[in-house]
Amino acid sequence: MTDFRTRQITSALSSGQQVGATLRASSVLQDRYAVIGILGVGGMGAVYKARDLRFPNVTKLVAVKEMINLAPDPSLRQMIIRNFEREANLLATVNHPSIPKIYDLINREDRSYLVMEYIEGKDLEAVLNDTPGFLPEPQVLTWAIQLCDVLTYIHSHEPEPIVFRDMKPSNVMIDQHENVRLIDFGIAKGFQSGQKGTMIGTEGYSPPEQYRGEAGPAGDIYALGATLHHLLTKRDPRIEPPFSFSDRPIRKLNPAVTPEFEIAINTSLAYSPTDRFQSAKLMKEALLAIRHGTARPATPDVVQRTALLTNPLSPGDRPAAMPIAMPTPIAVAPEDKSVSAPGGASIVPLWVFKCEDEMRGQPLVAGKHIHVGVYDNNVYTVTRAEGKFVWKYAAQGGFAASPVAEGQNIYIGSEDGKLYALTGESGRLIWTYETSGPIRCTARISQGHIFFGSDDSHLHAVNLQSGRRAWRFEAVAPIRSRPAIVEKDSRVYFGCEAGEFYAVDFSSSLKWRFRAKRAITASPALTEGLVIVGSSDCSVYGLEANSGWAVWKTRTNKPVVSSPAISDKAAYVGSADGNMYAFDVRSGRVLWKFETGDQVASSPAVYKGAIYFGSVDGYVYCVEAATGKLRWKFKTDGPVISSPSVVDDAVYIGSADRNLYALPI
Amino acid sequence: MARERLQSQQFRIIIVFDFIKRFFITRAKTKPIPPPDPAATAPLPSPIEGRGKDVVAGALPLKVAHAQSVGRLRDHNEDVLLTMTGTFEGDERIPTVGIYIVADGMGGHNLGERASAVAARSVAHKITGKVYMSLLDEDASDDRAPLQDLVAEALTGANQAVGKAVGEGGTTGTVALIFNDQLIVGHVGDSRAYIITNTGLEQITRDHSLVQRLQELGQLTPQEAAVHPQRNVLYRAIGQGDGLEVDVNMYRLVPGMKILLCSDGLWGLVNDKLILDIVWKSANLQEACNRLVEAANIAGGPDNITALMVEYSP
Repeated sequence: MTDFRTRQITSALSSGQQVGATLRASSVLQDRYAVIGILGVGGMGAVYKARDLRFPNVTKLVAVKEMINLAPDPSLRQMIIRNFEREANLLATVNHPSIPKIYDLINREDRSYLVMEYIEGKDLEAVLNDTPGFLPEPQVLTWAIQLCDVLTYIHSHEPEPIVFRDMKPSNVMIDQHENVRLIDFGIAKGFQSGQKGTMIGTEGYSPPEQYRGEAGPAGDIYALGATLHHLLTKRDPRIEPPFSFSDRPIRKLNPAVTPEFEIAINTSLAYSPTDRFQSAKLMKEALLAIRHGTARPATPDVVQRTALLTNPLSPGDRPAAMPIAMPTPIAVAPEDKSVSAPGGASIVPLWVFKCEDEMRGQPLVAGKHIHVGVYDNNVYTVTRAEGKFVWKYAAQGGFAASPVAEGQNIYIGSEDGKLYALTGESGRLIWTYETSGPIRCTARISQGHIFFGSDDSHLHAVNLQSGRRAWRFEAVAPIRSRPAIVEKDSRVYFGCEAGEFYAVDFSSSLKWRFRAKRAITASPALTEGLVIVGSSDCSVYGLEANSGWAVWKTRTNKPVVSSPAISDKAAYVGSADGNMYAFDVRSGRVLWKFETGDQVASSPAVYKGAIYFGSVDGYVYCVEAATGKLRWKFKTDGPVISSPSVVDDAVYIGSADRNLYALPI
Repeated sequence: MARERLQSQQFRIIIVFDFIKRFFITRAKTKPIPPPDPAATAPLPSPIEGRGKDVVAGALPLKVAHAQSVGRLRDHNEDVLLTMTGTFEGDERIPTVGIYIVADGMGGHNLGERASAVAARSVAHKITGKVYMSLLDEDASDDRAPLQDLVAEALTGANQAVGKAVGEGGTTGTVALIFNDQLIVGHVGDSRAYIITNTGLEQITRDHSLVQRLQELGQLTPQEAAVHPQRNVLYRAIGQGDGLEVDVNMYRLVPGMKILLCSDGLWGLVNDKLILDIVWKSANLQEACNRLVEAANIAGGPDNITALMVEYSP
């Protein structure tokens, strides 16, 4: 039974072109072939089941394929008929058990008929549709070997090879004796009418070169590979992007398939004809070796070779989209536990300054000095050049926040609930401003005012000169998220520990509010009309800056307390899942991620094409901003929660080992 | 008689005066002067709100125009276009929202028309409901899905709707959602979206077509693709079963930027250079749309033609 269901996708939607059956049941062709029924309808005509009346005493069944010649131009029509006759004649001379016999050829005005052996059986598309679950590999392997046999036969036809041109499940019949039969040779292609309207669904199995008009034996090998891929994965290539087999690795979809068979199929699906099996015979040998268990095991070498051949889309970077299971090439981190860099060069600190407790904040670089708040209740000031102690100021509580500078002064909040204004030069107290909760939020300065949150659940706006409050805004929970300010819009953006995120104007009136599912401790960053901010609900959000409506949301696997650094349309954010992420700011797509050994709470700094950050695994990392490849890492003796400041080719960062480090970039 | 008229005029004047008085009094009542805040000893600069003090002619922040033609060879129209623009101005503000859709249906027996119409309605219904109705609803919850996800869901929802309502028909679907200055473009098939500025034109959707794929693989040149016999073969469309993959991309609008959504009946006949030329040389958006459709018809008009343009001018 010949079945044209394969054309369902392409023809059903373009029935304007569909020709339909023109012979009726019981009509007789040339006084000889009595039509019994229709086997199928295709784009160029119908296929009928008919009885040969020359055998009156027995029922000899035949298949009659009708092809309607739609070419409007008489000379073109003639050419189509001549081509058809030539190929039909060729086919009539071949003799192979897998190829149906051709009995007769009829040309009648605008249509031609091919009378062929009638095959009782089921085509592979029907077999596939009727099989729950996957077809067993030995079964598919047997068919594949038989198909290689018949391809070998037609390809070695003299004086020139015969090319099947239309290998696909629906053109392979399994007859009563479980043997494969190739039906519907591409000899009728000339009758295919030109396409007018838009159609959905591609041929799916055809090799890329066929669309340039090239049809050779290598094309049949590709289409066989595509057919086997479909049989094993049940993923119909006609409804997938063309030539995307490598995006659907066989063993990923059907793990029961042996790696060897997958390799063989991938080889036949190589994008370039020269990279496929050079003949159906060689392919058959490879398949026989798999059946007999003598196939070369899938060594990385073979796998890699195959991978290179089957992934046409990224010629420059092929191993990245490997179609087969193999160890993913990762940026190899140097094993050296202490201090290391690729190429053996070591990162030697410019200087190290020892404090009395953990350092969590970000060092502030201001002129000749570095200021840093420490858990031992002190703000330390050291020289930038040598890390020499200059002064320290003791508060009643430790410092989780980082200092900020304006003019000659620095400002920092403490666990004791006070914001301190100190002179940068000597650490002399100018004023304090008291809130009713610890201050763990780093402040932001704008328009002569300093804005910061407190665990008293307020955002405070304080006049820099007087140290007096301009206003405060009440949130529903402690505010530890450092506010971001856009002066031209008079907007202050910040989150709170209950997950609410606020945009208020300079007179403290709420403009909008957004709610994440967990705390927003990180500071937002503004770019491209979006507010980028991470939350303890594991997500990073891109919020429309004028309304707070999320344009995108991308999940990491753990809470995000790291604040984004923005550079060139990318946002870099760390997550407690141990990765540093690069997001496309417009879409939130992950551009790359870099895995560290533990949580990344540190907010990264971008400097000269690299990202600098610390991890709880104790390292300070430097990775390429564009690719996420490691440049170097530096081991400290405690978790690095502190965020780096990078100025004039030096990285300043603290560690829970109580040290402040100055590292060369 | 004369006296009566005089009286009535006086009466009218009094009414007008009264109205003005009432107006001012009501305004004063609704905006009480806030009592001095003892804490506000160091006020920040007063916020600059809205568009300044002067009255601006009520120009819409989104200008929209469109044109459509059945073409010269077809007797039915399988294209649809849909536009919705929501603006809200006042002391309180609601984001400006625009929803623009072009869909090009395919399939015999009027299935194409049905498919494109069902898809456009489904996408617009979903986005207006989840976005604009939510903005208008005073009591709407804060739990709002990201716009990127809503656009993708709108198209996958349309896929189900078309599958249910139309069966074998299929359609392309290109939707542009504008939300203030954010542009979110969802796309399936070979209709296109372009961004047009004073410096040039950029195609911001990728055709889900065989020839596009062959071009990406270096097998065909753009010239070969333009005349390839299978240039109308899509590998992805709405209404073709489960698991539809949708492209969603985001852009930021800058004032003066124009967006063009069109079916292949336009871009297949009018090349990018000519599109740009027509848009640049047209006096306004409507003229540009008319001339684009006209150009496709002059080139033969073998298919339905749809052009939809939006200009961002806040």
